[in-house]
Amino acid sequence: MSDTDAGPDANAASDGGGGWFEALPSDAADGNDIETESDDDATAAAAARIRDGTAPAPDDWPARAVESGFVDDADEYYDRLKAATTRATRDAVRERERADDAQLIHAVRAMDDCERVANELAERAVEWGGSLFDEVDPGIEGAREIAAREPESEVERRAISLAERAVELDGERAALAETIGRIAPAVAPNLTEMAESELAARLIALAGGLDPLAKKPSGTVQVLGAEDALFAHLSGRAPSPKHGIIYTHEFVRGTRPEDRGSAARALAGKLTLAARADHYAGERRERLHADLRERMATIRARADDGGTSDGADDEATTDGGTDDE
Amino acid sequence: MSDAALPDGVERREIDGTRRLATRGEPVYGEPTADGWRAWNPERSKLGGMLELGLETGLTGGETVLYLGAASGTTVSHVADFAGPTYAVEFAPRPARDLLDAAASRDRLFPLLKDARKPETYAHVVETDVDAIVQDVATRGQSDVAVRNAEFLADDGRLLLAIKARSEDVTADPETVFEGALDRLRETYEILETRRLDRYHEDHLGVVATPR
Repeated sequence: MSDTDAGPDANAASDGGGGWFEALPSDAADGNDIETESDDDATAAAAARIRDGTAPAPDDWPARAVESGFVDDADEYYDRLKAATTRATRDAVRERERADDAQLIHAVRAMDDCERVANELAERAVEWGGSLFDEVDPGIEGAREIAAREPESEVERRAISLAERAVELDGERAALAETIGRIAPAVAPNLTEMAESELAARLIALAGGLDPLAKKPSGTVQVLGAEDALFAHLSGRAPSPKHGIIYTHEFVRGTRPEDRGSAARALAGKLTLAARADHYAGERRERLHADLRERMATIRARADDGGTSDGADDEATTDGGTDDE
Repeated sequence: MSDAALPDGVERREIDGTRRLATRGEPVYGEPTADGWRAWNPERSKLGGMLELGLETGLTGGETVLYLGAASGTTVSHVADFAGPTYAVEFAPRPARDLLDAAASRDRLFPLLKDARKPETYAHVVETDVDAIVQDVATRGQSDVAVRNAEFLADDGRLLLAIKARSEDVTADPETVFEGALDRLRETYEILETRRLDRYHEDHLGVVATPR
């Protein structure tokens, strides 16, 4: 997908702030072309320019396109522009939609599997290696040390090979995390901005998709991932869980324990709204993020005031109103 | 309620027994039609509301238009029906898919998946001296968007802007929000007319402006 696909006339250095049609092959160069394939290539190249190009300021592009010989008249210019913008927008929309929530769920589950299996194999390799070589650290780091060795016997070769597999799987886990970091913002821009890619992906995976997540009440989102504790509570054996997977969010974990319930409730409320904005509108909502920052500042300010239980009680009565728009 | 302010190509037609604003084109969102004219619902379109309320939009028909915040193409499809080349900028991919459908039967409606807050990302596509900028973006800083895009507008062109108070600040009084937004606009534009659109759109202000 580069400008140079367009043909011999294409100029590789194309992003100098000119119009989208500059550095694309002109009709004149093709002569009276009847090859639809080259038309298609030209449209693809123009679409790429429309998507990725920039200019410091607009210009009278239709006139410039005629002057430069790109087209014969304004009508032809607009026809070409129509084809190119339609192609560019359709491609961009498809690309964004291919990065859908189902792919995100696969990626986050695969990442968890890689991590679990890598750790299991690493433990085995470290235990085995400990009987053959010097003691090493437990876990992936130990496996890395073993994998760096040169085998001197059949058994060593197997133990070292096993350690290599564990290290490779850990590399796959890191690659999956990177992929999640890239596709999560496209799938759920607001949720990702609020929760970071991994937590956003986990919430979507726990709910079974962005659509089911968007339909869950905030109280459910608050305890997603704490199902065991929730059912223990429902059967009367335990207190209600304050938070599920959202505990990994800095706003919850970084808040002092007596205020974590409030923090988790406020965060879950905004995450729910973010998921709904992502699912139903798909556009960024600055207001949500500002509201959450404000809310968290208020909750954390309690620690400075020295107030504890009475502040938390006030919270329970007012939160319902402020968390929903 | 005179039709003097309506551009060519926009008429009040009898559709389903009532006189309604309408343009001629392919239906887009299941709107009622009669004799090839499609009803333009002012409750679903800020610009439709502005025309229905009789604001002097300066639109005459056939002009070049830059439309910011095209969403699914509801309003911009009507604009393309009566205007000339129409650039439709929308940032979100989901509505942009519907916009593509609306644009399919309109050969001078150019869909662009771009962020209206970053005009440099489409300045290589959208021409200068457009006759009108229509803006309906539901983000914070709506005046900023209008100011940043002023470079596209002809000196005697019109900015037709719908300011949504709740996008700026949900808690503040809409009047206060509108005043702040208009102050910011005045740095670049001369305000010709403002009108609350509440009859069709709650807490929205319709603004007609021209470059200073």
